[in-house]
Amino acid sequence: MSQAVAPVRHVLIEGDKSYHRITEDLVSPTEKAPTREWMIAFTIAAAFLGLYVFAIVWTVWKGIGEWGANRTINWAWDITNFVWWIGIGHAGTLISAILLLFRQRWRTGVNRAAEAMTIFAVMCAGQFPIFHMGRVWLAFFIAPFPNTRGPLWVNFNSPLLWDVFAISTYFSVSLLFWYTGLVPDLATVRDRATGFRRKMYETFSFGWTGSAKHWQRWESLSLILAGISTPLVLSVHTIVSFDFATSIIPGWHTTIFPPYFVAGAVFSGFAMVQTLMVITRKVLKLEEYITLNHIESMNKVIVLTGTIVGVAYLTELFIAWYSGYIYEQFAFYNRVFGIYWWAYFGMMFCNVVSPQLFWSRKIRRSIWWTFFLSIVVNIGMWFERFVIIATTLARDYLPSSWSYYRPTWVEISIFSGTIGLFFVLYLIFTRVAPVVAIAEIKSILKVAGSQYIGPNAKHQHGTESVKKQDESGH
Amino acid sequence: MVSESKKVLYGLYNDEEDLKSAVKQARSAHLDILDVYTPFPVHGLDPLLGLQESRLHIIGFIFGAIGALFGFGVMTWVFTSDWPILFGGKPYWSVPAFIPITFEMTVLFCAWGMTITFYTICGMWPGVKAPTLDNRITDDKFCIAFDVSASSDGQVDQLKGFFSKSGADEVNLKSM
Repeated sequence: MSQAVAPVRHVLIEGDKSYHRITEDLVSPTEKAPTREWMIAFTIAAAFLGLYVFAIVWTVWKGIGEWGANRTINWAWDITNFVWWIGIGHAGTLISAILLLFRQRWRTGVNRAAEAMTIFAVMCAGQFPIFHMGRVWLAFFIAPFPNTRGPLWVNFNSPLLWDVFAISTYFSVSLLFWYTGLVPDLATVRDRATGFRRKMYETFSFGWTGSAKHWQRWESLSLILAGISTPLVLSVHTIVSFDFATSIIPGWHTTIFPPYFVAGAVFSGFAMVQTLMVITRKVLKLEEYITLNHIESMNKVIVLTGTIVGVAYLTELFIAWYSGYIYEQFAFYNRVFGIYWWAYFGMMFCNVVSPQLFWSRKIRRSIWWTFFLSIVVNIGMWFERFVIIATTLARDYLPSSWSYYRPTWVEISIFSGTIGLFFVLYLIFTRVAPVVAIAEIKSILKVAGSQYIGPNAKHQHGTESVKKQDESGH
Repeated sequence: MVSESKKVLYGLYNDEEDLKSAVKQARSAHLDILDVYTPFPVHGLDPLLGLQESRLHIIGFIFGAIGALFGFGVMTWVFTSDWPILFGGKPYWSVPAFIPITFEMTVLFCAWGMTITFYTICGMWPGVKAPTLDNRITDDKFCIAFDVSASSDGQVDQLKGFFSKSGADEVNLKSM
């Protein structure tokens, strides 16, 4: 298959790797005993997970009256957190699917971890609407199936039900895409393992052999899954935004929501990928696979999507003024200067102002700045959802029902608990599976390895054998 | 399942370019290759091996179409005949509102149908033991395998000659 090749190509694999070296580097973290840092991180994450379980049991036992949500502000932290987590998940699919279609080679360094992040983030997101139902043991009522209650069906016209379909489809398709990509790499782990570990990986790698026909089908499958995941990921956050946009509440009832939500999702997702990658590459010593070029590319996506989000905020304000509709105007005046003004300005600063620093190449390529700003962006995107949900509901049509919302310890515990859940899953993932896609890295070695391109290139691209260069190199 | 013991002669190459030229030589010498195993997808190998393009995407389309019809059909049946409910004075058969779920069902069926088909036609499932010729095939070796169960010594020697001529790093015989 001939590939379109960009005229400017960056080195994406540093350190003159041979195929065997790549295997060693990427599989070895799963073969060693966990490091002390890992144990400490895991203990902290597990403690937060414990807190989560406690707060959820508390909620189910006592009812959602234990939350700070009230009759006026009936969607509060829970839906804020739900939208925040779902948005974070979007970067994984963007990297694995959309960048595959655009043939961006830098995706190979980060796609595996980003997709894992997607799956874990969607799992965290799912907790919130499920427990917001209150009587969680009746959660199966959202599934349309012939039943003895009539049969009473769900409302297929409701955006909340569309959400059920969108999120569950998104989760299961992401899982298939991720796991199918993982199978050949699990076979690599299997073939190096002995004893019980070998048995375990034999089961998980489904009997992968590496046959030419299987690779051909595997590539075909990956391409189609990428092709259908692309509209899927766009549809998911569009439908999440429909939860708001199809309502008739001033401040929510806007047509700009779908593109604005999708851009915001990609924005926050890339920030989370940066947070994770900056730590992962350091701890697992993957700096030669997740290079500064990768980090810079992702920072470019952050500055682009951050600016789109900024334009969307300003457009909203302009349209509210231009509409001449006083309720809309009041909703936005209240959003900026009302009781939650601090959330609005926090959002503006974190999402619109702070990413502009990435116009500087020096900051884009700085690990510390990247890490710091990725956290700032994640806080900002959390504020965005809070601003949309809480400020809008706090001041509705009837001044007699105006209200203020503050979270209780239960909600704070559940939210920080899902962060614990996320990191428990991610840390386990780094122990059992290669964090970087081994086979995909090998397949781009000859077009992106430092010995083939860039200032230190020693070889003509793709003509000499890796083995020969290994011998001459040592 | 009773599996017959098969004798396989295989050669390991160190680089995908060596592998590709060896496959070319084998094809022109009319040697019957059993299979080729590589640690990653080698582009340009399929036409050399004479492999046809995978038809998996057709299956994907069929499953997607079934999903779309199923999703739309169920919603239509429920809201027009099984239990019609009036929502805000809108028509029972409110097609635009059915589009999001129809789309999600299309994607869901397509992805699951294709993936299950992929694992089935490749004979891969949890618990399948891979007939691994060599542990390094998933690491850094590129392998061409010949079935020599019914071959005479002369034919085996001919294949060995081919391997040494085409630059194989190692040649082994294995029963499986």
